[in-house]
Amino acid sequence: MWTYLRKRILQSALPLVAVVLGVFVLARLTGDPSKLYLPLNATEQMRADFAERNGLDRPIWEQMGDYFLGVLRLDFGESLRTGENAASMVLRAFPATLQLAGVTMLLAIVIAVVIGSWAALKPNGIADRIVSFFSMVAAAVPDFWFAILGIWIFAITLGWLPTSGVDGGAAVWVLPIATLMLRPVGVLAQIVRGSMVTVMGQPYVKVARSRGAGELRVVTHHALRNAAAPALTVAGDLTVSMVNGAVIVETIFGWPGIGKLMIDSILQRDFAVLQAAVLITALAIFALNIIIDLGYALLDPRVRPASGSRRSSRPGAHAEAGTGAERRNENGTEKKAAAHV
Amino acid sequence: MSENVTPTVTVLTRKARQGSDRPSLFRLLLRDRVAAVAAAILCLVVLAAIFGPILLGDLAQRQDLATRNLPPLSFAHGWEYVLGSDSLGRSLFARIVAATGTTLGVAVSAVVVSALVGSIWGMWAGFHRGWRETVSMRIADVIMSFPSLLLAVVILYVFNPSAANIVLVLAITRIPIYLRTARADAAELRSRMFVDAARNFGTKQGTIVFRHIVPNVLPTLVTLATLELCYVMLAESSLSFLGIGIQPPDVSWGLMVAQGRQYLADAWWQSVLPGVAIVVTTVSANVLAAWLRLATDPGQRWRLQQKKRRRRLIATAGARG
Repeated sequence: MWTYLRKRILQSALPLVAVVLGVFVLARLTGDPSKLYLPLNATEQMRADFAERNGLDRPIWEQMGDYFLGVLRLDFGESLRTGENAASMVLRAFPATLQLAGVTMLLAIVIAVVIGSWAALKPNGIADRIVSFFSMVAAAVPDFWFAILGIWIFAITLGWLPTSGVDGGAAVWVLPIATLMLRPVGVLAQIVRGSMVTVMGQPYVKVARSRGAGELRVVTHHALRNAAAPALTVAGDLTVSMVNGAVIVETIFGWPGIGKLMIDSILQRDFAVLQAAVLITALAIFALNIIIDLGYALLDPRVRPASGSRRSSRPGAHAEAGTGAERRNENGTEKKAAAHV
Repeated sequence: MSENVTPTVTVLTRKARQGSDRPSLFRLLLRDRVAAVAAAILCLVVLAAIFGPILLGDLAQRQDLATRNLPPLSFAHGWEYVLGSDSLGRSLFARIVAATGTTLGVAVSAVVVSALVGSIWGMWAGFHRGWRETVSMRIADVIMSFPSLLLAVVILYVFNPSAANIVLVLAITRIPIYLRTARADAAELRSRMFVDAARNFGTKQGTIVFRHIVPNVLPTLVTLATLELCYVMLAESSLSFLGIGIQPPDVSWGLMVAQGRQYLADAWWQSVLPGVAIVVTTVSANVLAAWLRLATDPGQRWRLQQKKRRRRLIATAGARG
């Protein structure tokens, strides 16, 4: 268990550091913040003072070293915009995104599992065709357009929901969640359906049926548990892309979350806040991937960490299963194959 | 594309298709109605992108305040307002056609660049294994572990959001997908019996790669690229929507959705219709990718044929009875 966790953490530490380094350098390439924060007629002296005060006049590796030392002491620097502690700004925005993403992912998984299994009960049946079609469309619809469509229909034309904002009870949650949920539901439903079709044809399902288990019990106790693993892998990938969605959704609906904070700080050259936001997001994704890995092991005894180190040394095995790409491909083939039997 | 794929498929499925009329990929496509429609729509979009600007001239830029905010299907001012007009009186139809070129151009270039780089890199890594593989996979991990949209936003903010830079950014963020798939396939094929046999016969390494590895990995990669077209188009639209993608006066579908957003209450068509164009194209690409996955996989292709043949048999049997 601990060997496995240590291995996983070491493996993910490199991407984490690389991402923060990359953002650090890129952010400084976006231009001189003094042009944005000082008046147009500021003298050279004022600009130099500004740079010195914020440590922007020193070579970039010195800035970087300072920054990493600061991060180790949990000092993430201060916002250029407000002078506030960058970490506290990020931590204030974080719960809003976390709530949104958490509720969305939970709903998405429940809906995807229900409609995916429903479709898989009768491959190529009418339910299957409807679900397959809609899950494909859902994965192919641009989220920002879907949000605008929602605003036009439900906020402007019908007046049922607010156009944006966070005050106003449950109604404000509907459109952001629906928008953010679109892609995960579409992708997950396809995956669940694909693996359920495969699993339902397995001998152990027949055995369960022959022993008199009801259809519901077969699905929930025998099939779903075995079909869940690929879906879980893809769910990990989806959380990363969830941040993409959050940027769009938060910008459109004025949601005070981390996506909006990042876009704002990029546009305003607020380096410290951007770096802190990126670092904390990367950490959250990293933690979530480990949780998903552990959940994977919980579901499938064959991937329990005891054998984890052996498996991960094999190409395309568990450690790289987080990639999802190859796995998804297999499932897609499986899915279409079954659809045409 | 199909000329490249067909021979491989023929070789691999000769046994599976013994005695059949051995239809080409194109005839197979015609048999599947849904996939054929999707392919036709994509062809139409490509044609619109190529010939649209020639046929429509400067219609997309012509402003006329007398015809502003016309709703769709208003023919009083001429056929060009079939999809309505925007707040400056420009024909929405002409603008959507003009945007097709930009959107498709960016998406296709990004897909081609990332597919080429990713596939070659991935095959190289998978064929050689060892440290080359490890380093490549770690690089892919780094790129994939970060939300691509944010990466694109940062990079595009540093370097100006020109079409070339958008292509570059989208390509970089999508390379790992091909890299991983190509690596996995190449690594698996490398240890297959027929590659061993070729090596024992003294085949040169280059020949092994091009005769035995590439043709077997290619169908997967082509399918993946079709699917990626959809993703890249959505990504470009999102970037344009956020204001760091295609810049006015150029038009792209995502940008049109963004521009029409402020007129949503009075003129919904300005942002809804360009979105419909995106959806129709991406769904078609998805359908075609699903079909391609089946048609280019030697182990699955018979399903496409068998199903139809059986249906025809039933139909003829019914007619006789």
